[in-house]
Amino acid sequence: MAKLLPEHPAWLWRDPEPKASYDAIVVGGGGHGLATAYYLAKNHGMTNIAVLEKGWLAGGNMARNTTIIRSNYLWDESAAIYEFSLKQWEQLPAELDYDFLFSQRGVLNLAHTLQDVREATRRINANRLNRVDAEWLEPDEVAKVCPIVNVSQDVRYPVLGATFQPRAGIAKHDHVAWAFARACDAMGVDIIQNCEVTGFLKDGDRVVGVETTRGRINAGAVGLVAAGHSTVLAEKAGFRLPVQSHPLQALVSELYEPVHPTVVMSNHVHVYVSQAHKGELVMGAGVDAYNGYGQRGSFHVIEHQMAAALELFPIFGRARLLRTWGGIVDVSPDASPVIGPTPLENLYINCGWGTGGFKATPGAGWAMAHTMATGEPHDLNRAFGLERFVSGALIDEHGAAAVAH
Amino acid sequence: MMLLTCPWCGPRDETEYHYGGQAHVAYPENPSDLSDEEWAEYLFFRDNPKGPFAERWSHSAGCRRWFNVVRDTATYEVLEVYTNADPRPVVGSPAGGSR
Repeated sequence: MAKLLPEHPAWLWRDPEPKASYDAIVVGGGGHGLATAYYLAKNHGMTNIAVLEKGWLAGGNMARNTTIIRSNYLWDESAAIYEFSLKQWEQLPAELDYDFLFSQRGVLNLAHTLQDVREATRRINANRLNRVDAEWLEPDEVAKVCPIVNVSQDVRYPVLGATFQPRAGIAKHDHVAWAFARACDAMGVDIIQNCEVTGFLKDGDRVVGVETTRGRINAGAVGLVAAGHSTVLAEKAGFRLPVQSHPLQALVSELYEPVHPTVVMSNHVHVYVSQAHKGELVMGAGVDAYNGYGQRGSFHVIEHQMAAALELFPIFGRARLLRTWGGIVDVSPDASPVIGPTPLENLYINCGWGTGGFKATPGAGWAMAHTMATGEPHDLNRAFGLERFVSGALIDEHGAAAVAH
Repeated sequence: MMLLTCPWCGPRDETEYHYGGQAHVAYPENPSDLSDEEWAEYLFFRDNPKGPFAERWSHSAGCRRWFNVVRDTATYEVLEVYTNADPRPVVGSPAGGSR
């Protein structure tokens, strides 16, 4: 039997009317926005703050991602923030007093070509230098960790091995959001839904508040945490971002008995698969190539990832597709996020996470809260500012991002 | 799947095409005169509107020629299709779409 889910919660947060003024406003009530508010209150004692959400809480990418949590990224800067996040995930259920089923079942990143093997080996060495758990598995060892992966060598792209991060895993994304929301609310944070930011109040180059569909709200600091809609907000504020919005699709099968004990990702055949606690096989692949805000993509992308899934998991041959959906991801040129100040005073941004933001929810919130509270980046996000696109100090994670951009 | 109309080959499935991002981004006339900020702008910063967007597509599985499309990124409706030789349509104009 699949493990029972937590009970659907009763109301975990108030539904307040917006006040006329807050010390800080977080624009975007997804995972990152809620985590930002949580750490603003917890780490910096700022409780006169609000989270403004244009729709309903955690209804964007937080509701649409494939919930994979890992920290096996290549570069030091990335390993730092993703590993910090993973350490937070490991103790957040206790800290938030909410079991959101964080399951450290490990992640396999499969290698199918000699180049894959070299890249994977390099990444394992880099991970170990950063004290991120990582090991190389030969095909027979891959089969021991995940018996349903086809490791026969007579297929078009045989599995030549894999990186394995045992501490990686999955969590129930909705419950993560609700856990943060409840904790925020308990500390006095106003979570205001159905409140879209339509403009910015400025005094010269200083942002002093926002215009919303529920009126004007003054603020000491404003943080934009709006994922796929970041550039829409930036344009209203009057600056540009180096991100492009793309649809990213995912899908689930009908519910099955537990057959898949870990998380499997393949860059080359290109699909990533886990099995949710409830029993659905959860899969995703690359973004749709075109810019789009439609929260839907093209079906040939789904076809392609199903073909990849069948190549790797012949057992899925009779599984039935239950549902597909799309989210809007904000893709940056180097597959790394932007977290830091903007050209406008008192306005801060956290965006550019592209296809991989869920796993970084705690670290992104921690760093963004520090940046908003102090006006200075935290060590975790110092390298992730907008200025890197001028200096050229890019943090290229296209390999470790494991999703085609 | 979107249906795009190649100016030379006619309507074909999206899978025959390759996406090229924002249209009308010209290579700098005097590259050596550019500041770091201007290079950053040219290399990394593109428009990303929610609404009509002039973008490039290549008919890579057909005539392999590049052309331009104005498409609404919120509805995915194709508003204009035009070649590099055609005058640039007024972006956002809903009229005269060759859908």
